[in-house]
Amino acid sequence: MAEKDEAKEKRKIKTVAKMKEIMTAYYIDAKTAVQTGKKVAWITSGGPVEPLIAMDVIPVYPENHGAMVGASKMGADLCEKAEAMGYSSDLCSYARADIACAPVNGGPIGGLPRPDMLVCCNNICGTVLKWYEVQARFFKVPLFILDTPVCHTGYSEEAKRYVKGQIGEYIAFLEKVCGKRFDYDRIKEVGKLSVQGQRLWQEILDTAMNRPAPISAFDAFFHLALIVTLRGTGQTVDYYKMLLAEMQERVAEGIGAVPSEKYRLLWDNLPVWYRTKWLSEKFASHDACLVADTYTSAWCGALRYVDENDFLGSMAECHARIYLNIGVDEMAMQVMEMADKYDVDGIVMHSNRSCKPYSFGQYDIQRIIREQKGLPTLMIEADMVDERSFSEGQIETRIDAFIEVLKGKNQAMG
Amino acid sequence: MIPYEETKLMKQIEECHQILKDPNGYVKRFKAESGRKVVGTFCSYAPEEIILAAGAHPFRLFGSGEKIRLAEAHLQSYCCSLVRGALEDVLDGRLAFLDGVVFPHTCDSIQRLSDIWRLNVPDCFHLDVVLPVKLDTDGARQYMIDLLKRFRVELGEKLGVRISDDDLRDAIRIGNRIRAALMRIYHLKGERPEILDGSDLYALTRAAMIMDRTMVASLLEEVAEELEKKSAGQSVAGSAQKGTAISVPAPKRIVLSGGVCNQPDIYTIIEEAGGAVVGDDLCTGSRYFSGLIDENTDPVTAIADRYLARVVCPAKHRGLTDRADHLVRLTREKQAQGVIFFLLKFCDPHAFDYPYLNEALDRAGVPTMLLEVEDRLPADGQLRTRFEAFVEMIQ
Ligand code: SF4
Ligand code: SF4
Repeated sequence: MAEKDEAKEKRKIKTVAKMKEIMTAYYIDAKTAVQTGKKVAWITSGGPVEPLIAMDVIPVYPENHGAMVGASKMGADLCEKAEAMGYSSDLCSYARADIACAPVNGGPIGGLPRPDMLVCCNNICGTVLKWYEVQARFFKVPLFILDTPVCHTGYSEEAKRYVKGQIGEYIAFLEKVCGKRFDYDRIKEVGKLSVQGQRLWQEILDTAMNRPAPISAFDAFFHLALIVTLRGTGQTVDYYKMLLAEMQERVAEGIGAVPSEKYRLLWDNLPVWYRTKWLSEKFASHDACLVADTYTSAWCGALRYVDENDFLGSMAECHARIYLNIGVDEMAMQVMEMADKYDVDGIVMHSNRSCKPYSFGQYDIQRIIREQKGLPTLMIEADMVDERSFSEGQIETRIDAFIEVLKGKNQAMG
Repeated sequence: MIPYEETKLMKQIEECHQILKDPNGYVKRFKAESGRKVVGTFCSYAPEEIILAAGAHPFRLFGSGEKIRLAEAHLQSYCCSLVRGALEDVLDGRLAFLDGVVFPHTCDSIQRLSDIWRLNVPDCFHLDVVLPVKLDTDGARQYMIDLLKRFRVELGEKLGVRISDDDLRDAIRIGNRIRAALMRIYHLKGERPEILDGSDLYALTRAAMIMDRTMVASLLEEVAEELEKKSAGQSVAGSAQKGTAISVPAPKRIVLSGGVCNQPDIYTIIEEAGGAVVGDDLCTGSRYFSGLIDENTDPVTAIADRYLARVVCPAKHRGLTDRADHLVRLTREKQAQGVIFFLLKFCDPHAFDYPYLNEALDRAGVPTMLLEVEDRLPADGQLRTRFEAFVEMIQ
């Protein structure tokens, strides 16, 4: 049954317009950095952005750029261009798209602003190291690598010392490139704002614990941009306060992200950027809401290690122990914790050709969840940006079948 | 009549070929006879010397190329054949003889293989060596040393032994003998490509990762010596016969670059196409044995320092152009006329480096060819045609 326009209107998240405004202003700021004399750093999504903010450097995220490429359905074309440059079609499509954009200022926003420096933290994958090497050679700018040894079964003392030591190297790097001293007072403020932003983000995601969930993972994919991009600024804190208030209001009024939420699901891995709308409508048509996901929660997962009063000191651990930089068994534990917390009926896993560290191990996580929680899981094979890897018919059939399983379970329990 | 040395040489090489046909069988027999523990390793960053010093036998795992059935339930199809193949082997019981396994951190795929292995393979101890990714800072060096010290203790605990400095020094000496011998053999092969078939060179190098290290050190030293004699003999004979020999066109000199190569046939096909492999930058080739370990300082520090100084693997970082500089230098040194990139499908680190390496060679005027392999070589005829076309084209 088609929904009444009024109800549909009511469910739209109002702050979206504000968010678009902030992001547009931010990109204009970044793209005019040359004129305003500001420095631009390209940084990985898991990288320590706060020192950049403290140094008045504008951080730019090629991964966010990759997501925009995907969302504007320019992925396949740019990926093909990268392939023509010699990059294998099996490489991460964020990297391929970005590498193809750089020499021709391609993509949805006419390319990213030229970097003055690159900051790469390998806590998410080994891909970013190679990708940033490519860009450092192309732009001929200095590259800083924050090397965060993977915590297969824990965070060793040796690794702790190593990563901590690199925070000092990072600051020295920034001082050199920026030609000014690092402001240790300022970083304290920025650190506080960063933690505050992360807490707010967690609270926003947590409103999805309510039935119906006022926010879905698809909304979170969109609103995530600020905690990634402008973490450590007052703007982000203000925006998330607004968004949180709106979500709380929705909870009070019983407005759900999906009109009549029946099934609550958890999403694993990156979004399928070029198909978020299709997927969200597909699930909604089955009264299923993706109430949480492992991806957007990664930007507040480090809260457990942060020391607000010693931001710089605790930064190392926060970056080394993020979701992707731990063992598969610990990842499974975290997924199960989330499944409990958000009280989900099943899990949807995106087996993402682009992202090997996120996707390899998913089968084992699936098995662990099945064994320990008896939760049904659905595996979707796709790619986050390269739409050539998306087979609509197949995925549709699988989603329909999965919902049947959930229905069957419900009836059996009812 | 074939001189005595020649038959001996052929026998030794044949021994390596035999072992390569069934590495697991060799190691099982070796284990039964010697009573040594066997520790499986991945990649050339596995600190073999520490394993040796613990009295155990390091055994490099590659995947036997059997059909993937069981690993299917753990790893998607877009994972490289090395990782999937190794998992298949252990799940199918083909590696039941392993006492333990050591995972050095390199690429994302190995990283996850380590987790999956730990969760699914009981009765086999499991150690991660989470190496630094950047190798060009003081902090990374210190971390590498600290980490190897920790590994020394952990491995000792798993094997119930205390690894002394003297044990380490002995192991380093054996490792150095193997490396030095392989360097001599590679050098000769570069000087006189016809002295040794490419597939033989391959067998000798691979045997060093499988066989009892003391034995293989002696074997390789003898082979090196005999080849040197053969080479000297031939050049004397060659100058005496000058002008009378029927002239066969010299093979085109080729360098192989890439990751893991466990396709001995490729050497033969290149030779049949009129080329000869005179050097390589492969994980299973020169990256395995290049650089000796200092025998006169603290052994763990010395092991770390070799890794830091050695030709870098694409999963590690030491400057932005380290690998290209090395490859261009290598082609000059070996007077190579062309480079063949041998890459495994789904191998990210190598695939990311390919365009820039290719570009650097292009600038240096060295023609290249790319061969991407999933788990088996492409159909024989097709590959032959491609190699022939390439060999014909290069000057
Ligand atoms: S998608 Fe995966 S492989 Fe690509 S940059 Fe992100 S974490 Fe790395
Ligand atoms: S480096 Fe490449 S070939 Fe080696 S395990 Fe990783 S992906 Fe596979």
